[in-house]
Amino acid sequence: MNTNSMNPKVDRRDGKLTMAHFYVAFIALAIGGLAGLLQTLVRSGKFQLPTWTGYYQILTLHGVVLGLVLTTFFIMGFQLALVSKTSGTFTRKQRLTGWIGFWTMTIGTIMTAIMILTNQASVLYTFYAPLQAHALFYLGLTLVIIGSWIDGAAIIMAYTSWRKANPGKPSPLLTFMSLVNTLMWIVATIGVAATVLFQLLPWSLGLVDRVDVLVSRTLFWYFGHPLVYFWLLPAYMAWYAIVPKIIGGKIFSDSLARMSFILFLLFSIPVGFHHQLMEPGIDPAWKFLQVILTFLVVIPSLMTAFSLFATFEMYGRSKGSTGLFGWVKKLPWGDARFAVPFIGMLAFIPAGAGGIINASNQLNQVVHNTIWVTGHFHLTLATSVVLTFFGISYWLVPHLTGRVLTKAMNKLAIIQGVVWAIGMTFMSGAMHAAGLLGAPRRSSFSTYGGSEQAAEWIPYQIAQAVGGTILFLGIILMLYIFVNLAFFAPKGEEEFPVGEVADQAEKTPMVFENWKLWLGITVLLILFAYTIPFIDMIQNAPIGSKGYKFF
Amino acid sequence: MHIHKFEKIWLIFGVTTLIIFLTVIGVSAFYLGNQPPSCLATVNPENVDTTAPFNEPGLKKVEGKEWDYELVFVASAFSYNPGKVEVPLGAKVKVIATTKDVIHGFEVAGTNINMMLEPGFISEYVTTFDKAGEFLIVCNEYCGVGHHTMTSKIEVIE
Repeated sequence: MNTNSMNPKVDRRDGKLTMAHFYVAFIALAIGGLAGLLQTLVRSGKFQLPTWTGYYQILTLHGVVLGLVLTTFFIMGFQLALVSKTSGTFTRKQRLTGWIGFWTMTIGTIMTAIMILTNQASVLYTFYAPLQAHALFYLGLTLVIIGSWIDGAAIIMAYTSWRKANPGKPSPLLTFMSLVNTLMWIVATIGVAATVLFQLLPWSLGLVDRVDVLVSRTLFWYFGHPLVYFWLLPAYMAWYAIVPKIIGGKIFSDSLARMSFILFLLFSIPVGFHHQLMEPGIDPAWKFLQVILTFLVVIPSLMTAFSLFATFEMYGRSKGSTGLFGWVKKLPWGDARFAVPFIGMLAFIPAGAGGIINASNQLNQVVHNTIWVTGHFHLTLATSVVLTFFGISYWLVPHLTGRVLTKAMNKLAIIQGVVWAIGMTFMSGAMHAAGLLGAPRRSSFSTYGGSEQAAEWIPYQIAQAVGGTILFLGIILMLYIFVNLAFFAPKGEEEFPVGEVADQAEKTPMVFENWKLWLGITVLLILFAYTIPFIDMIQNAPIGSKGYKFF
Repeated sequence: MHIHKFEKIWLIFGVTTLIIFLTVIGVSAFYLGNQPPSCLATVNPENVDTTAPFNEPGLKKVEGKEWDYELVFVASAFSYNPGKVEVPLGAKVKVIATTKDVIHGFEVAGTNINMMLEPGFISEYVTTFDKAGEFLIVCNEYCGVGHHTMTSKIEVIE
C-alpha cells in the first residue's frame, strides 16, 4: 500500500459528501425495514394490512428501498470515502461531481418513492413487463442510475489524477478496488438503462403500444446479477483491506486481492441467464454456457476465503497461539468493527452454498421462485453484506463526523450483530425450509383453497414473522447507533483503518492497472455469452405485449 | 506472481471439485436429457383461446409420441384453466402452458415442474407422475393484486 499519498483523516468537505449518502441510506433502512416487518407479519396469516395499502405495494417499497436505494447510496458514499482517504482529498471539480451525482440519485429516489406510495408502481423492484408502472417510476430509477454514474465519474477522475501524479506505481489498493466496482457497475447498468430508456419508458408514456418481454427481462438480468456483486465487493474491500488492520494483522497479499477483484469484473456480467433458466425462448445450450461462466466466480470466492482466514491465522500465531485452531481465541471478539463483519463472513458460507444450488442449471427447478431464494439473498445481501456495512459504519461515521465509538456503543453494536444473526437464523432458515416444500416467494398469505400442501408452509411462515420481528429490533438498534455516531457521540478522533501488506508479500505487478486489457476481456466475454442468443430472441420474437396494471 | 503453497492446494482442490460438478450437471442435461424447460415455440398471446392446443385446455391422450398424454394449461390473471385436473398414476405427460396477459409462474408443489409462463411463448416440460395424491399448482411469479389466489390442482389417481 502506498502510504505516501494517504490522508491521515478524510477531509471534512469529502466527509460531508459521504455522510449525505449515508443519511439517505439509513433513512432507506428505516423505511425498508418497517416494510419487511409488515410483510412477514402479513404472511404469518395473523395480521392484516389496513385497506389503504397492500402487500405488493409494501413489497415493492421494501425491494426498491433496500435493494436499490440503501445499497447504492451506502456503496457510493463508502467508495468516495475510500478514494479520498487513500488517494488524497478530492479536487473541487471531483467533489462537485460527487454532489451532482448525489442530488441526481436523491431526486430519482424521491420520484420513485412517490410513485410507489401512491400505488402507481406496485411492480416490485424487478418491474417485469408487461406489468406497467407509471412513467415517473421508470424515470426516477433512471435518475438513480445516472446519478450513480456521476458519482462513479468522481471516483474515476480521482483515480486518473493519482496515476498521473504517481507514474509507474500501482494505485492504492482500496482506490483500485473502488474503481473495479465502479467500472463493473457502469458496464452492468447499461443493460437496465437500455431496457428502461428504449423499451419501458416510451411504452409507459404511450409512445409505443407494445414491449418485447423477453428482451426486456434479458437486459434486466444482464444487470441483475452484477448488481449482487456490486453489493458484495464493498464488503470484500472491508474484509480484504480494512479488517486486517482492525485486528492488528496484515493484508495477506496485495496482488491476489487485486487479481480476485479483476476476476469478479470479468465473470460477474456474462451470467444473467442463470436467473432465466426456467424460461422459454432461450436455447438450453446458451443457458448452460452462462451457468459455466457463473461458476467461475467460485475461484475468486475461494481466494477471498483463503486470504481472510490466512490473515486471521497469521495474526493469531504472531500473538503466540498454538495448535490448529488456537488462533481463533486471539481474535478481538470484543471489537464490533471486527466481530460484526465476521458474523457476515460466517453467513457467507451457507449463503454461497445456496447460491451454487440456485445456479445449477436443471437443479434450479426445485427452488426457482420459491421462498428459498428469498432466504438465500437474505443471507448474502441482508446478512453478509449488510452486517459488513454496519461494521464499516461503526468507525467510518464517527471518523467523518469527528466523534468516537464509545465503549457503550461498541457493546450495543455487538448486541446488534448477535440479534441480527438470531433473527436471520429464524427467518432465512424458515424460508429455505418452506421453499423446499414449494412455498412461492413474493406472495401474500394464502391457504390456496385449503390445500394440504399449503397448510404445511404456514408454521414456517410464522417462524419467518418471529425472525422478521427480531430483525426489526436489530434495525432499531442500528438506527439508534447511527444517530448517536452522527450527532451525539463524544467529539474525538476515530481511526480510519487501512491495512498494510504483509512483509513477505511480493511486489504488485502493474498489469492490474491495464484497463484496456481488462475492460476488453470483459466486453469480449459479454459479446461471447450474449450476442447469438440475443439475435435469436429478436429474430424469433413473438408479437409484443400491451401494458397491464393489475395492482 | 507468487501464490502460497497452501493456497495453490486449496485452489487446485476447489477448481477440480468445480470441474467435476459442472461435468455432472452437464452430462445430466445433455446426455440424460434433464434440461431446464426451454421451449422455443411462440404464440400470439391475444389469440391463445383460438390457437391449438390452447383452445382445449386439460388432459388429452396422444398416440405415437414419446409421452402418453398432453396436459394443456392456459394462465391469465388470476387463474389457471383447467382449475383442476385428474392424471392417471404412472402417466408420462407433456405439460404445455402459456399466458394470455402478464408473466405467470407454473409450479407444481412437490414435483420438479417449475416454469415461467411469458406472453408470446409456450412453456413445455415432460414428466412422469409416479406419486399418487393431490398436487397444488401455484403461480410463483408476481402477476398483480390477486397473485396469491392464483391456483389449480393436479390429482394423480390410481
